Amino acid sequence: MSGTKIFVPCETAAISVGADEVAFAIAQAAKKNGENIELIRNGSWGATWLEPLVEVEVDGVRIAYGNVNTADINSMFDANFLNGGKHKRRLGPTDKIPYLMNQERWTFLRCGLINPLSIEDFELHQGFEALKKAFTDGAKAVLETVTESGLRGRGGAGFPTGIKWRTVANAEADQKYIACNADEGDSGTFSDRMLMEGDPLSLIESMAIAGFAVGASKGYIYLRSEYPLAHSVLSRAIETAREAGWLGKNIKGSGFDFDIELHLGAGSYVCGEETAMLESLEGKRGIVRFKPPLPALEGLFGKPTVVNNVITLASVANIINFGDARYADMGVDQSKGTLAFQLTGNIKRGGLVEKSFGVTLRELIEDWGGGTASGRPVKAVQVGGPLGAYIPANQLDIPMDYEAFIGIGAMIGHGGIVVFDDTADMAQLARFAMEFCAIESCGKCTPCRIGSTRGVEIIDKLIKDVDHQQNYELLIDLCDTMEGASLCAMGGMTPYPVKSALKYFAEDFTPSSEK
Amino acid sequence: MARINTETTSQIVKDHNNKPELLVQILQTIVARFGWIPPETIRQLAEELNLSRADVHGVVEYYHDFRTEEPGKHIIKICQAEACQAMGSRELTNYAQKTLAMGLHDTENDITLEPVYCLGNCACSPAVMVDGKTYGRVDKSLFNALLNSLRGDQ
Repeated sequence: MSGTKIFVPCETAAISVGADEVAFAIAQAAKKNGENIELIRNGSWGATWLEPLVEVEVDGVRIAYGNVNTADINSMFDANFLNGGKHKRRLGPTDKIPYLMNQERWTFLRCGLINPLSIEDFELHQGFEALKKAFTDGAKAVLETVTESGLRGRGGAGFPTGIKWRTVANAEADQKYIACNADEGDSGTFSDRMLMEGDPLSLIESMAIAGFAVGASKGYIYLRSEYPLAHSVLSRAIETAREAGWLGKNIKGSGFDFDIELHLGAGSYVCGEETAMLESLEGKRGIVRFKPPLPALEGLFGKPTVVNNVITLASVANIINFGDARYADMGVDQSKGTLAFQLTGNIKRGGLVEKSFGVTLRELIEDWGGGTASGRPVKAVQVGGPLGAYIPANQLDIPMDYEAFIGIGAMIGHGGIVVFDDTADMAQLARFAMEFCAIESCGKCTPCRIGSTRGVEIIDKLIKDVDHQQNYELLIDLCDTMEGASLCAMGGMTPYPVKSALKYFAEDFTPSSEK
Repeated sequence: MARINTETTSQIVKDHNNKPELLVQILQTIVARFGWIPPETIRQLAEELNLSRADVHGVVEYYHDFRTEEPGKHIIKICQAEACQAMGSRELTNYAQKTLAMGLHDTENDITLEPVYCLGNCACSPAVMVDGKTYGRVDKSLFNALLNSLRGDQ
């Protein structure tokens, strides 16, 4: 008889707060008590504030225990934890936790549910069904479905995925590539990592679908080096998929060849920009390329290349499984489907919330997030990473919608939401935006390379109140130059956080004696 | 960490089929094994990959991960990005520098202290990475505990 199933996430955030030690203590306690258990290291459900979140399966229902630490294990066993017994850490059935229950899981449907490295578990939950359907329906049908779903690039730019795929499909070439951008460098984002650690096979399946749709036989994943656990999980998942015949030559007799090579980045933020990423994949300095030519026509090694973010790709399998109409029915206007929002920074209930577009920033921060961790009022929220605008507390009712954000000079980006309380110094954060740009600029274009350093200097003068009006005007002028004349979003959008901080929090840019 | 030698470097290059387009991956493997890229390794890689030394040097100096100075036995990286700043990473960084009596990028007493821009642990800020393992919700007392475990290890 197999033992009682116990789930402890093998995911960076959970491990960062003690999940490995908890798993070890559970195994020890079970041994000591002569209990037969099966310890499964699942992905995280994304209720990060409850990590380490331990589950026990009782009569087919998973019962959750939150914020478990090693000191709790003995008392949990004493409280009959293996049968879901009462304990101060007990939260009840996992699928009844409001934080999770009220989400609309699409891309993260299996994340937390399954053993990430088990092909059987994956297939038991519809894994590889979309790829089989693609083989049956043909490449044209896949392109049609992806286009009709309204899916847009989740890496930040929001470009329609179907159009990109069609461009590559229509290009004539002896070799085409799928390049998955897993260089998730934006502060406040971790959805790519959570998916790669919790459901890596879904990314592999979707990349194969993309390859099949556009006629590419080779895929690359460019993963940032700051994610060692994701690297290990993904490497093993690729190996497992290969052994099971889901990667390689003539996949499952379809006549379609596809394989994936996993590459590591080396700590450069700008390599998240698609053309810099392609340079890095070719073994070079990650310097941004001029566009055109578009990567869809001349991408990796000069060949037509689909460059998509992890979440964009991983959303495709269920679009094929459930149909484009169901995806397009979710969301608002031009922002269809769902986005995995990440609640981070100074927030009480941080984690990942997958919801349809249209949910407001306030709902995410207050209903899911529970406000700030410090209990102090929200001062500003940065959405969309270090290049995103700072949104003041009185604008939180804005719906999460690409166009609505563009309308207020902001961007949704990769769905990262960083909350700051009223102790935040917005002048220092604006200065940091310029400083970060100076550190990470690839150096190809002058506005970004030089402008960022000058930006730091001007903000320092503003803070010290040296020729305030003159330097204020100079900073705005510099921001306009960077926005208008930079080659990519690094220099082109660094002004967003700076200008929004100046606009909404002018009082922070005065000498500290006057604050 | 082991001392780098020419045989191991050659083997790493061979493992990557002597492909110059895998230079970033080769350097990443070397750093994972030896912690840094010494000048003689740049020369050797250039020869074995049929690249110019300038090409290899250019790639090495471009990426933060490719240290050109030998790091300490232990590497502590403190996240400096916005989500961690919102939870006091600036104070934590100052505290770390004071406690260790060293600045960012410095190596003293077998410990290297480095900044990092996002470890993807933003819902458990502030985040710190010690020898490749990420820690979340790091306050001063947890930082001290991590430091003590490193010191006990020496």
